[in-house]
Amino acid sequence: MRPNALIAGLIAIGLLVFGFLTTPDLGSFGITVMSGLFQGMLLFLVASGLSIVFGLMDVLNFAQGSYFMVGAYVSYAIHHDPSVTAAIPNADLRFIIAVLSATVIGAILGVFLERVLLRPLYSRPIFQIVLTFGVAIVMTEAVKFVWSTTPYSWTSLFTLREGFFELFGQRFAVYRLFVIAIGFILIIAIGLLLQRTRIGIIIRAGVEDREMVEALGINVRLVFTLVFTMGCAVAAFGGAIAAPFLGASIGLANAFLLSAIAVVVLGGLGSYGGTAIGSLLVGLAVAVVANFASSPSIGLPVLSSMTPMLLMILVLLVRPSGLFGKGG
Amino acid sequence: MVDNLLEVRNIETFIGQFHILEGVSVSVPRGSISVLLGRNGAGKTTTLRSIMGITPPRSGDVLFEGKRLNGMRPFAIAKLGIGYVPEHRAIFKGMSVRENLQIAERKAGDLARKEAFIYDLFPDLERLIQLAGGNLSGGQQQMLAIARALVPDNRLLLIDEPSEGLAPVIIEQLMTAIRRLSGQTTVLLVEQNFRMASQLADRFTIIEEGRSAVDGQMSVLKTDSALIQKYLGVA
Repeated sequence: MRPNALIAGLIAIGLLVFGFLTTPDLGSFGITVMSGLFQGMLLFLVASGLSIVFGLMDVLNFAQGSYFMVGAYVSYAIHHDPSVTAAIPNADLRFIIAVLSATVIGAILGVFLERVLLRPLYSRPIFQIVLTFGVAIVMTEAVKFVWSTTPYSWTSLFTLREGFFELFGQRFAVYRLFVIAIGFILIIAIGLLLQRTRIGIIIRAGVEDREMVEALGINVRLVFTLVFTMGCAVAAFGGAIAAPFLGASIGLANAFLLSAIAVVVLGGLGSYGGTAIGSLLVGLAVAVVANFASSPSIGLPVLSSMTPMLLMILVLLVRPSGLFGKGG
Repeated sequence: MVDNLLEVRNIETFIGQFHILEGVSVSVPRGSISVLLGRNGAGKTTTLRSIMGITPPRSGDVLFEGKRLNGMRPFAIAKLGIGYVPEHRAIFKGMSVRENLQIAERKAGDLARKEAFIYDLFPDLERLIQLAGGNLSGGQQQMLAIARALVPDNRLLLIDEPSEGLAPVIIEQLMTAIRRLSGQTTVLLVEQNFRMASQLADRFTIIEEGRSAVDGQMSVLKTDSALIQKYLGVA
């Protein structure tokens, strides 16, 4: 077995054992694992775009978390809006429309950011970082302007969100399983896109050597726009499907951005597999630590928000280029 | 008048604030193998990169089949039918040999049409097709880089220092291959190895400190040891 896969496996086993020992019964352990996978999948939806865009374009998009946040707000707003509810009384159909709208809006905002704002700055890398950071702030302020600063909890009902099943004496939300399944499907679908399709070959080649790709007759800037847009759309989609559980709030942007940066670094820059596995490890770690740290005997819930960065530091101590990074 | 596939007319190229090319003119007749000669740092590689639009010239003209390339982006220049084999090969190391060839397709079926020809030219590549580009030897990587430029129908190949760092027996193989190519395409070569250049090329242009100094028929240069000594420092 390759050392990187071994380390990833050991971390996963370590987290599961720790999680098992710190939960009272199999049912609560199951809930912790499911919550970890749920968060891991949502993280992946933010981190995958961050990672591929950084690998291909050398742009660290600090606004990636803001697309997730906007996705959550749009999905929440459409599903709870009285006039939309009157027009589309079927709550399940309304949810599908809410998620699709959020994804499309994420894509449109993505095209705008890449084409209009980033494009003039490709020869000035520092300016790009300042720009995406600024865009993140503007998006947060715009959201405050439209929806105010009060966080929203999802109150509108639909079938998928209400479903429960019983296992080991605990009630599990079907909706978490749904998000985990969607996450797995996307991990595989994006992986297949990168491995099997022409655009995937172009993206992987572009990560290695953009100039050569262009010299072969491929319009690399068009590929940039496509990849950047997809990254933003996927993040907004993530926010949209997260909203029924996490609600819509300003805090989502930074929480997911910081964790996603930790995922991309610990998974190994430029490695798609590393990002996917890193997302699940970080999600699992956050859930396990949150469960442990919030127990009355410990009482330090803040530990869970430190977990992504702590895990990243630990991984970098062992493998300085991340789990699946090059040159490790 | 000679039918020139490529005409470079007095180009000047800057990289950052450095004035690298201060007036380079090169004519490449259709069907020929032409070579750019000159010492290290003379501007040979920059000339190829200026033709491709990677380091666009600030003044002067580049004409391909009579069409002016100035201001066009590299991908658009490549699509006109120019294949570029850069210095250090620039193959995609994390991708298989097949993927390295597939990415060069400009229309569906390019690779399928050219596969037999490519394997005939470089038999090694056929058995290495599944291997990652990074696992190939230097000579195999050079063959792959040339093969990649052969996938689409290119009418001009720009090949930068194919012999660099390779063993003499591999250089012989590459020379045979490039000679065979000249039957169907035009080649502009940059080559430090004068023995290789003199055996392959029909025409030469010597670049000296960012300017084209002398050009003409290779058969003439081969017998002019004073000229060779003056510009190339080899005899």
